[in-house]
Amino acid sequence: MMRLPKFTWRAPETVAEVAKILHEEGPEAKVVAGGTDLYPNMKWRVETPKTVVSLRKVEGLTGIDWRDDGSLRIGPGQTLRSLERDERIAAELPGLHTAMKSISTPLLRNMGTIGGNLCLDTRCNYYNQSYEWRRSIDFCMKCKGDTCWVAPSSPVCWAVNSSDGVPMMVALGATLRFTSADGEREVTADDLYAGEDGRAWMTRRPDEVMTDIVIPAQNGARTVYQKLRRRGTFDFPVLGVAARIVMNGAVQSVDLIIGAVGPVPVRAGKAEELLLGSTLSDETIEQAAALAQKSATPLDNTDFAFPWRRQMVPVFVKRALLEARGQV
Amino acid sequence: MASDREFNLIGKSPLRVDGMAKCAGQTKFADDLSMPRMLFAKLHRSPVAHAKIVGIDTSKAEAMPGVVAVLTGKSMPIPFGILPVSQDEHVLAFDKVRFIGDPVAAVAAVDEGTAYEAMLAIEVTYEELPVVLNAEQALANEAPAIHDYGDDGNVHKRVSMQFGDVEQAFEDSDEIFTDITLFGSNTHLAMEQHASLGHVAADGRVTIHSSTQTPHYLHKAACKVLELPPSRVRIIATPNGGGFGGKSDPFNHEIVVAKLSQVTNRPVKISLTREEVFQCHRGRHTVLMKSRMGMTKDGKITGIHFQSLLDGGSYGSFGVATTYYTGALQTVTYEVPTYRFDGVRAFTNKAPSGPKRGHGTPQPRFAIEVQLDKAAEKLGIDPAELRLRMIQPPESVTANWLYVNSIGLAECIEKVVEGSGWKERFGKLPRGHGLGLACSSYISGAGLPIYWNAMPHSGVQLKVDRGGGVAVFCGETEIGQGSDTVLATCVAEVLGLELLDVRVCAGDTDLTPVDLGSYSSRVTLMMGNAAIQAAERAREIIGKHAAKRMGIPGNRVVFAGNRVFDAEDPERGMSFSEAVQIAEAEQGTIGTVGSYSPPPNPGRYRGSGVGPTATYSYTAAVVEIFADEETGMIEVDKVWIAHDIGRALNRNLVIGQVEGGVYMGLGEALMEDMAYREKRRGVLKHPSMLEYKSITTHEMPEVITTLVEHPDPRGPFGAKEVGQGPLLPMMPAVANALHDALGVRVDQVPIHPDLVMKALKAKDKRAGPKKFPDLLITDTQRVKTQAEGGDGTAPRSPKEKAVQS
Repeated sequence: MMRLPKFTWRAPETVAEVAKILHEEGPEAKVVAGGTDLYPNMKWRVETPKTVVSLRKVEGLTGIDWRDDGSLRIGPGQTLRSLERDERIAAELPGLHTAMKSISTPLLRNMGTIGGNLCLDTRCNYYNQSYEWRRSIDFCMKCKGDTCWVAPSSPVCWAVNSSDGVPMMVALGATLRFTSADGEREVTADDLYAGEDGRAWMTRRPDEVMTDIVIPAQNGARTVYQKLRRRGTFDFPVLGVAARIVMNGAVQSVDLIIGAVGPVPVRAGKAEELLLGSTLSDETIEQAAALAQKSATPLDNTDFAFPWRRQMVPVFVKRALLEARGQV
Repeated sequence: MASDREFNLIGKSPLRVDGMAKCAGQTKFADDLSMPRMLFAKLHRSPVAHAKIVGIDTSKAEAMPGVVAVLTGKSMPIPFGILPVSQDEHVLAFDKVRFIGDPVAAVAAVDEGTAYEAMLAIEVTYEELPVVLNAEQALANEAPAIHDYGDDGNVHKRVSMQFGDVEQAFEDSDEIFTDITLFGSNTHLAMEQHASLGHVAADGRVTIHSSTQTPHYLHKAACKVLELPPSRVRIIATPNGGGFGGKSDPFNHEIVVAKLSQVTNRPVKISLTREEVFQCHRGRHTVLMKSRMGMTKDGKITGIHFQSLLDGGSYGSFGVATTYYTGALQTVTYEVPTYRFDGVRAFTNKAPSGPKRGHGTPQPRFAIEVQLDKAAEKLGIDPAELRLRMIQPPESVTANWLYVNSIGLAECIEKVVEGSGWKERFGKLPRGHGLGLACSSYISGAGLPIYWNAMPHSGVQLKVDRGGGVAVFCGETEIGQGSDTVLATCVAEVLGLELLDVRVCAGDTDLTPVDLGSYSSRVTLMMGNAAIQAAERAREIIGKHAAKRMGIPGNRVVFAGNRVFDAEDPERGMSFSEAVQIAEAEQGTIGTVGSYSPPPNPGRYRGSGVGPTATYSYTAAVVEIFADEETGMIEVDKVWIAHDIGRALNRNLVIGQVEGGVYMGLGEALMEDMAYREKRRGVLKHPSMLEYKSITTHEMPEVITTLVEHPDPRGPFGAKEVGQGPLLPMMPAVANALHDALGVRVDQVPIHPDLVMKALKAKDKRAGPKKFPDLLITDTQRVKTQAEGGDGTAPRSPKEKAVQS
């Protein structure tokens, strides 16, 4: 069987201690919550941290707290299962509920956390392979190599952000709070996932630990998530469409985010412009779906033939918009 | 043989004898084994697909703390392989490597982590050679030969045979259908990863515990390579966590642990990673096929010319047999009066292909059943009706000299037609929804052993204890299919005992008589017949003395309910153990043996050894699907399947095998794809259970199983096989249902959604291969059919005559 490489295990109890360890150890340290992403990566030797810092005992990293202003604070240590099972999330944020429910299997959702999902390493079937496999292609630029085998002339890495939570959080306008030895900072999800490179897709620094996820009051916004994958359980998305729409007769505001087609989620800006002020007629939806396709350029590094994945973008955007139209 | 009498166990569903242990976690699979002072082994595998080995430097690995031994190939220079005609593997390659994953060196260390690090520290220098990554390329012979044997260049095997005048039959046909189809490779994906433990006793004798389906063949290979007589090597097959053909070759790692234990004088275990299991492969060959089928307008086949091109991967494995199997069984379902088959197996620099559930027959079955669906449409005949009109008669000989005993295919078709509401629903469902039908057949055990010999294929030994317990010894291997239970059932039924009165000792080359192994759906039929013979012999001995004691004629003695009694006065009798004690007192220790060899086959031409069996099973299935025309994705809603089992020995086990076949077949139809990156040096695209897609319980539809039971006189209590046949109709049934749903043909599996979209856009509403290469056949073996007055032999070819003179 595959064995973990050797590492030092730390289990601090406060955020300040975590920040101190991360500051001291630098990028050689990794935090772990559920371990459903980090440990497989360690067995593949794509991650070989000297120190693994467990967040399990750290106080203050959990909670699903609805505030009076309608906003929602989620502790990043909440399991995906707990979010999926939260009745108020299901009722008020159906898009988030769907996204959470669609992640992997119940067993892994019992272990995996929302913080882990939002920091999920980008994935690629040239990268998520054993050391021996990667050696046979001379490694790739995301780990130990120089070339992106997905697009060998590319200066950047094309590993895919395969989180279901990420596009949804961007659509919801969520804010993430991080703590480091330097103090605290807040960043919108939109700004957090701003790297155009599968090696640096997130502006989170290695010495930062996520402490809070804040979703602003949605005030009746419709939220949907449509996921494409091979099997109805277990699989990462190869396309995820998250939408948030405020309707008041016509579309007042719209966020249309496409996930799992590149290193970061993509905002379908042209489609959003078209939808704004519309009544979501069949014709508008078709046009918006066609425009959205232009924002997404999936490559050959996940399941399925990649031209087909591109072909599916308008289909799933349409399905998301139709679902949003039907939501009351 | 018992036919209409009442059975105690046969046909019922008692708990399988290994069931509770498996549920309780008590079963010891190979990786559960542990011994004092045990070391762990790892294999250093080639990172290049085709290269000469220039040098191997093991010094860094040897210097690492915790490393006990490092082996390279020169220590085991004798080649091995499953077939006598392709002994082309070395335990560790020393001259060249042939695929990414070919083992080059082995490490034994105090723990698995150390062994892994040491394995990485081994440095091998290669001189890379051009790679061949598909069969067409291999056939074109552009690269240096991967092996120095075979028919020519990278053609491992080329066969051609003709039975009757096919071209004349085409002339006389109303329609000739020509189709080119592609069946992509897939692998077994057994839950248990291969593992083996080798150890050497103080007396020097070697034992290998291994997750193998074929301990007898491993025994032969290990003795050959280790240069030890068979009496000094013992193979113990541990219960397999699934095999499906993936554990039926002797493997490098199995022999490596034995050698390492000899070198270190300590037990050595290896447990493969999932990636290594993918590299062991021996799964479904990619087969490109061309079928020409002549038909009359009322739907009778006049002749078939079938051609197949197999991608064999880097080693021989069972491949010669697989090649013949892509041609053999086309004739046993429907009447095919004239038949020609041409096949080529090519070597490529990929993991070796081999036998997977259905062994070489699912590919042509897919081609033929899809072709029949098209023919039915063209001729305006319902696909079920078309098949019913052409079924091969029972007790007949096919054009290629296969003897068909009983055949329950018509009833199978009728059952699934009725169950699915075919007549009312086929062709009439709303767009996107469709029904597809397909049929199949499979052997109940290969008629010939892997290596030529005249001995039985299965042997059973019985020891009767005076306490009333019976121990049964047989070389069969439990791979999850229930063979231990079938063995106990056959013995218990004959002796009137309960299953728990029978102790099964299986798969141990020191203790059990040879059974050739759990492959070719042979175990129930062959082992079952052998077990019945052994048990009947024991019954005769015990019954004789019991009859004497009761003062009645021997033919009145009945064995039932753990008693031996008088049929005419059931109160008069004794317990089974009392009867055993009487017999033992009279004539000493009671032990019997039974054995079985399949009946001889009528064909006597080259290649006639592949295809014959005691009796064929038959299956028909209807699949209902929903195909999304916006995405091309297919969901299977329901499956109706009827299987001609002869007689179910254990009903639950049989239904489990049918459903398991459906499950595996649907995975092959929809997604399983042993893909390589041809532009990236030939690496396996996704050797993991996450990215190699196989259906999950979530995708598994409801399955309505009907068992068609007309006991076959050649089967134990009338039973035929069920382990492989029910998989076969799934792939064509799904493809045919797709046509009913959306009016498109995808002549290729897996039916990925992009192919469906491609077919929807295509002018001819079809996706699939368009070209078939020239197989460069120069010599066709011509055999007269029975109708032509033939005798099953082929006249010698000019080439052979030349050799003779």
